[in-house]
Amino acid sequence: MRHLLSTRDLSRDEAIHVLDVAENMADVATREVKKLPTLRGRTVVNLFFEDSTRTRISFEAAAKRLSADVINFSAKGSSVSKGESLKDTAQTLEAMGADGVVLRHPASGAPHVLAESGWIDAAIVNAGDGTHEHPTQALLDAFTIRRRLHGGTQRSSDGAAAHGTARGRDLDGVSVVIVGDILHSRVARSNVWLLTTLGAAVTLVAPPTLVPIGIDTWPVDVCFSLDEAIDTVRPDVVMMLRIQAERMSAAFFPNTREYGRVWGLDDARTARLAPDSMVMHPGPMNRGLEISAAAADSARSTVLEQVANGVSVRMAVLYLLLAGQGEGL
Amino acid sequence: MSAHEHDYVIRGASLVDGERTDIRIADGRIAELGTALSAAGATAIDADGLLALPGLVDLHVHLREPGFEQSETVLTGTRAAAAGGFTAVFAMANTSPVADTAGVVEQVEALGRRAGYATVRPIGAVSVGLAGERLAELGAMATSRAGVRVFSDDGHCVSDALLMRRALEYVKSFDGVIAQHAQEPRLTIGASMNESALSGELGIPGWPAVAEESIIARDVLLAEHVGSRLHICHVSTAGSVEVLRWAKARGIDVTAEVTPHHLLLTEDLVAGYDARYKVNPPLRSSEDVLALRAGLADGTIDIVATDHAPHPAEAKDCEWGAAAFGMVGLESALSVVQAAVVDSGQLDWADVARVLSYTPARIGRLSGHGVPLAVGAPANLALYDPTASRPFDVSRLAGKGTNSPYLDRTLPGSVRATFHRGYPTVLNATPLAEETVSASAEHADRAAGTRGTE
Repeated sequence: MRHLLSTRDLSRDEAIHVLDVAENMADVATREVKKLPTLRGRTVVNLFFEDSTRTRISFEAAAKRLSADVINFSAKGSSVSKGESLKDTAQTLEAMGADGVVLRHPASGAPHVLAESGWIDAAIVNAGDGTHEHPTQALLDAFTIRRRLHGGTQRSSDGAAAHGTARGRDLDGVSVVIVGDILHSRVARSNVWLLTTLGAAVTLVAPPTLVPIGIDTWPVDVCFSLDEAIDTVRPDVVMMLRIQAERMSAAFFPNTREYGRVWGLDDARTARLAPDSMVMHPGPMNRGLEISAAAADSARSTVLEQVANGVSVRMAVLYLLLAGQGEGL
Repeated sequence: MSAHEHDYVIRGASLVDGERTDIRIADGRIAELGTALSAAGATAIDADGLLALPGLVDLHVHLREPGFEQSETVLTGTRAAAAGGFTAVFAMANTSPVADTAGVVEQVEALGRRAGYATVRPIGAVSVGLAGERLAELGAMATSRAGVRVFSDDGHCVSDALLMRRALEYVKSFDGVIAQHAQEPRLTIGASMNESALSGELGIPGWPAVAEESIIARDVLLAEHVGSRLHICHVSTAGSVEVLRWAKARGIDVTAEVTPHHLLLTEDLVAGYDARYKVNPPLRSSEDVLALRAGLADGTIDIVATDHAPHPAEAKDCEWGAAAFGMVGLESALSVVQAAVVDSGQLDWADVARVLSYTPARIGRLSGHGVPLAVGAPANLALYDPTASRPFDVSRLAGKGTNSPYLDRTLPGSVRATFHRGYPTVLNATPLAEETVSASAEHADRAAGTRGTE
């Protein structure tokens, strides 16, 4: 595999391999010198046609920990409404010798187009495209779930690594409930394909207006009631999605109060979750809307682990795509 | 110079009923049919194995001029038409300025007359500036030299029910027809592909079938209520075919068109985000394609029209979201129709002549085109080789646009020659030079007394 465009394309073995490499990368973060020489002399461009400071700095940290040269190219605000600009930008980066391009773009499929255009030879990593996919988010979510369930690498005071049992594991038997704006969520799509590929059972919970047409062809269950999903699925993981401001004014639901009442993870619902279940959120959170402060800050919450694991997973992806190019994932 | 300098004798062509005949063309008309005609003084053309079709008539093309000459001009668009076997095209109104006044439609008509590749009939806008608010000067366009009979806001739906009613009523006085682009705008905000399981997966905003079907249902009822003539552009869904079938059974005066691409291509092609497949209305499911073919075969859908929509390369060489809607279709239309419905046995060549020539001319109230090849009829005809099957490539494109969805796809058939008003526009499958064609057009005008010496 030359690019990471979607989780739909990943086999179970490929996905587990990425997660295992990410475990190795996570080990690096516990060292005194948090850096590997692996991608020295290689250039990674963070090409962001949409603002996302979190994702951008996560990829930047990942590339720098692998000793790559990092160029941040924020194309937002330039003439992106002209289709020519993706092509021109790509050809410019090609001329500069970019080895990898991390692309965030508001148009679904833009990374596919870039990968198949012939405009550029670099490996393409999809860092979120429109309402299509966000594969590294799903990989870091799967990584976080696997670590919580099976343990990652522990390090004792003398520095000896004691590996947990996460390596090589899939997510067979794990139940995940994803709640929120499924229709517009690239995080939801990437998680649906990846988590089910890894063996998890996924239930999507949303108001009917935010469920895509044709959802019955997806390998998931759909439930319109969060209460029912909590009580019947007894989920190991509840993943809350951010409600975007522009949806609030587009009549997908009456107002935020009603949304929060019916589909928010409030304190009462959090209390009904099984004791060792996890609460996940890709961030940034609307506290008090889709998630209560208590749920976000509880021991169940994996929000900060997700951020830390994001760097490890992105290191793994860049390593697999760029180190010894041609071997691939 | 010989008196027969502009005469042609086509040898051994087959008419759509299978009859084999020679065809003598003289003075812009079919002068003689029969076997072993004398070619004395005339140019002979060997048409052994070729089908002689009446010149094709396209009720729906975008010629882009005035205003978008980087995409297409009247000259290049009609050259593409000739390459596809067309001798008349109806040019949509979404130019800049919009064809909503007599001046613009007369300009477009004159540009077509001068270029000479095909007869150009402008379509007038229904509303001023295509804004969907006030009626354009429909009467002035109808009585202009362009003689407009078809009115459409194509590209936009006349979504206001009252404006649509008024337009339908108003054009009755001059036997006009409203050609509706059926797309409920609120149901299709931001939409760029068929709404389906695939659009959900690809994360592309979906264009639901109901957005088309609900407008067609409304408009056939309006047409019935006010007793007017209605035409539906580019029908794309199985549900639309059902609504039209119901309307026709009820006696409502509605006609409908389907594009070649909606007869052949399906939404699956969008999976690679290749913007060549971005079109409005979008490519639909295979069930829709089968329903459209059946509808065309049983007469529910009256005609095939290309919706030829040329764009400059950069409008397609980009990410899906930024790309323009539309495909060029004139040059490939006959081959695609053959592949979709002739080779499957649903239509024979007489049906093809009906859906691509006779009926579109009748809907557009266009005389001199869309009549069977017979002695005395105007010599508008195409010679088509239905046997050749080969990859469709850019060498087959004769307009400015290269945004064809068929490039590198193998298609049957090839237009070998086209005659417009008795003179050739295409010979040996190649459009003639623009100077040659425009000189022939001028000569034909003089002979017909429709153009003085300038």
